[in-house]
Amino acid sequence: MKLRTSLLITFAALTLAACTNPNRFGGGEGGGDPFANGANGAIAGSVSDPSSPAYFQQAVGDRVLFAVDQSTLSPEGRATLDGQAVWLLQNADYTAVIEGHADERGTREYNVALGARRADAARAYLVSQGVPSSRLQVVSYGKERPIEICSDEACYGQNRRAVTVLAGGLSS
Amino acid sequence: MMYRVLCTLLAVGAITFAPTLTRAQSGPLRIEITEGVIEPLPIAVPDLVAETAGSAEMGAQLARVIAADLTGTGLFRELPGSAFISQIGDFGAPVQYADWKAINAQALVTGAVNVSGNQINVKFRLYDVFSGAELGEGLQFSGTVDGWRRIAHKVADVVYSRITGEGGYFDSRVVYVSETGPKDNRRKRLAVMDYDGANVQYLTGSEDIVLAPRFSKTGDRVLYTSYETGFPRIYVLDVGSVQQRVLENNVGTMSFAPRFAPDGQTLVYSVSQGSNTDIYSMNINSGATTRLTNTPAIETAPSFSPDGGRIVFESDRSGSQQLYVMPAGGGEATRISFGEGRYGTPVWSPRGDLIAFTKQSKGRFHVGVMRIDGSEERLLTASFLDEGPTWSPNGRVIMFARETQGADGRSTLYSVDITGRNLRAVRTPEGGSDPSWGPLQP
Repeated sequence: MKLRTSLLITFAALTLAACTNPNRFGGGEGGGDPFANGANGAIAGSVSDPSSPAYFQQAVGDRVLFAVDQSTLSPEGRATLDGQAVWLLQNADYTAVIEGHADERGTREYNVALGARRADAARAYLVSQGVPSSRLQVVSYGKERPIEICSDEACYGQNRRAVTVLAGGLSS
Repeated sequence: MMYRVLCTLLAVGAITFAPTLTRAQSGPLRIEITEGVIEPLPIAVPDLVAETAGSAEMGAQLARVIAADLTGTGLFRELPGSAFISQIGDFGAPVQYADWKAINAQALVTGAVNVSGNQINVKFRLYDVFSGAELGEGLQFSGTVDGWRRIAHKVADVVYSRITGEGGYFDSRVVYVSETGPKDNRRKRLAVMDYDGANVQYLTGSEDIVLAPRFSKTGDRVLYTSYETGFPRIYVLDVGSVQQRVLENNVGTMSFAPRFAPDGQTLVYSVSQGSNTDIYSMNINSGATTRLTNTPAIETAPSFSPDGGRIVFESDRSGSQQLYVMPAGGGEATRISFGEGRYGTPVWSPRGDLIAFTKQSKGRFHVGVMRIDGSEERLLTASFLDEGPTWSPNGRVIMFARETQGADGRSTLYSVDITGRNLRAVRTPEGGSDPSWGPLQP
């Protein structure tokens, strides 16, 4: 069992390094996909290794949250993105796809556009902190990929997010 | 499973015409839908007479589909076969009007079916019982046996049309997104079905998210959005061959919300670049694009007027989602929605007189209609989440998706009359969303 687990993590790391398709990465968040780089998924490296994606996700924080129908960064969100910018500048091999998401309380097309605004707000802030824009891409999932599924604000607040998903390194 | 149907519309020979049409228009068999129907019209639809050995079962099935189409409108009430005094054993024999009058049948549909190998032929007549006369002439349809439901729909369309004076909508198809799985792991694939949920055919796999398929005016092609590349991109799919191709694949942008112009050559859609979303048009053959809106706001969900001259769309340029109308080539837009709440997903009616929309107000979602100048707004539905209306070919019925609340939420297709009556779930094998109603089939 222990062997299986470590193999799984190794495979997850390989998948992470090889794949640049954000649909594979963020799309399955919380959905039971063991390779998804999401809130509940396995992720490469150890959180105790500051250069690992696991550290980025859990210690730095890979996501910022938004108010209803807004794409303005909160002070907490900017602080998280400050940390992301520092990490990305120190770990220059990584690129990232920033996923924008909306809660379910909106129409489908509008939420795709709203998710784009949120992802772009995070992207623009990272660029303002010195991260080369060539290392960042954005994608919006609208309301298609919630991580929390209850129908109240406790869940909606977690779903209104922009998640910085690390992708294959520049040198790989 | 694209069955071949070669329906022909032929007058049945040697059948007498109704004495006068004015009789029918002023008589009890006329349903004026716009005035609001309180009491559904009683109609009898006996099993069609089998003209060949072994076609009795087909005769019964045809009658069931014809009756289901008519009662499904909410305008008709079917009389049970157990109440019949007369039986229809011979399509050519005179109708015993007194027997049908006695059970208060106001309309009677009789028919005969002939199955020969792979071919089916259906004849039918419609009677105005209280006038004691046929309403319109007898007709027959021919096709292949596997297209039998289409023939039933065609019969029902003629009956509906003669009694209401409106075009029918039963022999039509709907493209939609078929959904399975919980909200946080939902799988979506494109599907097309008959308007009543029968004959579902899947058009894509569920590996990638697909959104909002939209039929062309003739129903031959479907525009939709897929995440196949990892980013939302617009695609066109040929319904017959199920071949699809991406229409725009510009790195650094996302494209979605496509919809055909009536000419079938032009489409409108949204492009997100940076934080901004605007509406563009594209010539589907050349790929040439034109930007139609140019504001920092979200502009999306465009839909053409039936004459192709104007586009209705949603924009949050005022600070919240509202509906606007602009010329098809772009230019100054006029806001048409002014009620309380947010308005999105506008769709122009096939008659050109109404706009259907989704409205969010006080925590509820509604599907509604308004005139094209925004007046006479009328909400038809209300729930936790109603969204994405589409018009029946005759402009009388709207189909939309309703998602239920909570962790076990599921999306189901519904239809509702534009009067707000007759809300009904459309039965599909899996969950459904984003319906787009195609044309009445030839």
